Amino acid sequence: MFARNLSLAALLSLALLRPAHAEPVTHTVLDNGLEVVVIEDRRAPVVVNMVWYRVGAADEPPGQSGIAHFLEHLMFKGTDSMAPGEFSAVVEANGGRDNAFTSWDYTGYFQRVASDRLDLMMQMEADRMVNLSFTDAEWLPERDVILEERSQVLESRAGAQFNEAMLATLYKAHPYGIPIIGWRHEMAGLTDQMAMDFYHAHYGPNNAIVVIAGDVDTDEALDKVTRYFGDIPANPAIREASRPSEPPHLAERRLTFEDARVGTPFVNRLYLAPVRRAGDQSEAAALQMLAALLGGSSATSVLERQLNFEEGIALSAWASYNGMARDYGMFNLGIAPVDGVSLPDAEAALDRVVAEFLEEGVDPAQFERVRRQVRASEIFGLDDTQGRARQYGVALSIGLTIDDVTGWIDALEAVTPEDVIAAGQMLLDRRASVTGFLTHPSDADTAELSQ
Amino acid sequence: MKRLITLFFLIAAPLRAEVDITPVTSPSGLNAWLVEERSIPFVSLELIFAGGATVEPDEQAGVVSLMTSLLDEGAGELDAQAYATRTEELAARLRFESGRDTVTVSARFLTEDADAVIDHLRLALTEPRFDEDAIARVRGQMLAKLRRDALDPNTLASRAFARAAFDGHPYAREVDGTLETVAALDRDALVNAHQGAIARDRVYIGAAGDIDAESLGELIDRLFDSIPDEGAPMPEPVAFQADAGLDIIPFDGPQSVVAFGHAGIARDDPEFLTAFVVNEIFGGGRFGTRLMRTLREERGLTYGIGSFLSSGLLGHSYQGRLSTDNANVEIVLDLLREEWAKIARDGVTEQELERIVTYLTGAYPLRFDGNSSIASIMASMQYQGFDVDYVNVRNDMIRALTLDEVNDLAARLFDPEALVFVVVGQPVGLN
Repeated sequence: MFARNLSLAALLSLALLRPAHAEPVTHTVLDNGLEVVVIEDRRAPVVVNMVWYRVGAADEPPGQSGIAHFLEHLMFKGTDSMAPGEFSAVVEANGGRDNAFTSWDYTGYFQRVASDRLDLMMQMEADRMVNLSFTDAEWLPERDVILEERSQVLESRAGAQFNEAMLATLYKAHPYGIPIIGWRHEMAGLTDQMAMDFYHAHYGPNNAIVVIAGDVDTDEALDKVTRYFGDIPANPAIREASRPSEPPHLAERRLTFEDARVGTPFVNRLYLAPVRRAGDQSEAAALQMLAALLGGSSATSVLERQLNFEEGIALSAWASYNGMARDYGMFNLGIAPVDGVSLPDAEAALDRVVAEFLEEGVDPAQFERVRRQVRASEIFGLDDTQGRARQYGVALSIGLTIDDVTGWIDALEAVTPEDVIAAGQMLLDRRASVTGFLTHPSDADTAELSQ
Repeated sequence: MKRLITLFFLIAAPLRAEVDITPVTSPSGLNAWLVEERSIPFVSLELIFAGGATVEPDEQAGVVSLMTSLLDEGAGELDAQAYATRTEELAARLRFESGRDTVTVSARFLTEDADAVIDHLRLALTEPRFDEDAIARVRGQMLAKLRRDALDPNTLASRAFARAAFDGHPYAREVDGTLETVAALDRDALVNAHQGAIARDRVYIGAAGDIDAESLGELIDRLFDSIPDEGAPMPEPVAFQADAGLDIIPFDGPQSVVAFGHAGIARDDPEFLTAFVVNEIFGGGRFGTRLMRTLREERGLTYGIGSFLSSGLLGHSYQGRLSTDNANVEIVLDLLREEWAKIARDGVTEQELERIVTYLTGAYPLRFDGNSSIASIMASMQYQGFDVDYVNVRNDMIRALTLDEVNDLAARLFDPEALVFVVVGQPVGLN
């Protein structure tokens, strides 16, 4: 509902990513290092203007968790020539919507406007790429806003706190284990200077991608980008991201998160998994197909069919894969049992069904249905211009190329049932995983039915 | 950067929505609005059935919701698994949703499979099986959701507000019923709810994508071939009746959720559009509103605050929501009362009106982004009683509003003495 949201990466997303070949997509690099992607879609007189920075929460200095997201908020607080809030006011006065999001790997800003307003949006984005400026009257209340944001989206939700604890447990060294919004005690100490230091270290054309999608002519769009961003010099402070990496994982981890606000207890498990790699997405594609077969449908996927429909012990059961990250992907399995089935029994059933699937192999009819939906998703995906823009922005931010995006459907179609079973063997090895129970405090169990 | 704004006001030419709507009447007499868009080979279809949960009896609260969830859990010769399998074979996306006032069916399908998908969808709408095992399974999911809702401060606040506002009317009920009513629902109740909620006399149809008017008319008749003409009678309208004051519902957590508001304005009131504009200035759920400026930007008291006109078929209210740390609730309530009194007394400024008119008229075309959004808007506009040319005159109507009209409406809508507050949390300093 509210803009400038925190984007917790699509951890539980079941959606297959949807690239598109049909419409022209071009990619250019300006002399100052700025990458430009233009996606033409002339159906409606609307355009999306996005600027992505290849920096996120995983690049924060120790002790300053949340600074990337705090900076994202402060990017709306003015420049040398624009007053606080003026950016959004101008977008609004032009009938547009603007928003921004921070992830571990990237920070993105975008506006959706009538296509004859594109120049103005670019001019303002180019301005705040290098001229950010604000005073105490802006940043101090904004720090309270992000603390309220943490209260609302994390601390008021048991499921979100559980997820935070899961990630903190899965990652031993890599900063994907630190919440994007930050730890509260560190957020409370963030300052304007820290934000400006982070800005000067990471923002600049040589660490950014502009994505223009919608009612534009490709050549005209490129001219505009060159006009507004072309003269900004590359930022010499920008370095290749250097992040801690994970040591070998030799022991599985387990946790229990108890909270009186839990209405439906469940088991969740996260495995470290490979990411989509530039030029070689076959492993990631096999994991994506595995997730679709295990959990991609609320009725016919392997986990739902067996645990919900056949055995009746699950309210729902799920599987998903996220390979859209720079350093580590994740595979997710979970089950919410029906009343009367304990979490340990539910977990055992989940593991049994996964093992049986890997033993027995893929049902050819189900495999064909999933493939057909992959192809259909490509067509449906063309309807969502902003979604396509976002897809290219994420991909380029994490080190993939245009070819990787346009080749993703082909990579999925190339997966064989044997590839799926081979990829699935990783689910039998829990050393690089964390399993969590989200449940009531034990003394509340008896109150479950009456409340 | 003042020159940017100057630049804008010079270039801001009115933008037409450029949506070309074709009204379609099927051979059997059903009406639909179509926006043809042939560049991508698929069709989006949206059906809105008016009535929703309001047509169910008190003791069967939740039955329309459970019924709607069961429509694709087995139909005709196909059990739940077979139905879902067939949907996947057709690569169709079908969604069945119910709410307080409506049951909504959304379908997306490839052009090449249109007839087969319509036959498949017709099974769900006309021959749902309501198998006992499916009922048990989906009921279990619904009961689990009710248990979660009972622990969700946002849901608790909304429920308490609705109970106070519309006591004794279907609008006071929870759309998903209660643990008791849902546990007691049987197959007969579901069959009745199906006959009452899915009927030709209450459907509004929107379509967009790769299809022409004639084909759409045929496709609609194919879909509605055996759907009954009449559904259950609609309940009487209801007036907003909550007394002004503060209701605190204790709940553990770092924040309180605050629901606030009072009576609103009817959807068919000639001044509804004026009220919509005033609310966009005051608290319409984006940046730049008075409420966001006062509570978030100037004071950091909340991550977000929004207000909205809730104008249903049978009654209306004007409400808002926010979350804030427990220590802040008292000051937040004071600020809300102040803002309420201020806009009732002084109205809005010429500059605020100018800005919002530019924003609203510029943003309108952005809504029509893609076949799925367009199909949904087409059905919704008919449901809300708009003429087919509304899309083309709506911006002119907004531009024609005068400051006096807007401020007269503000004085009529905002009543600080009538404010109802529901606080779910552990607010400090209030009792």
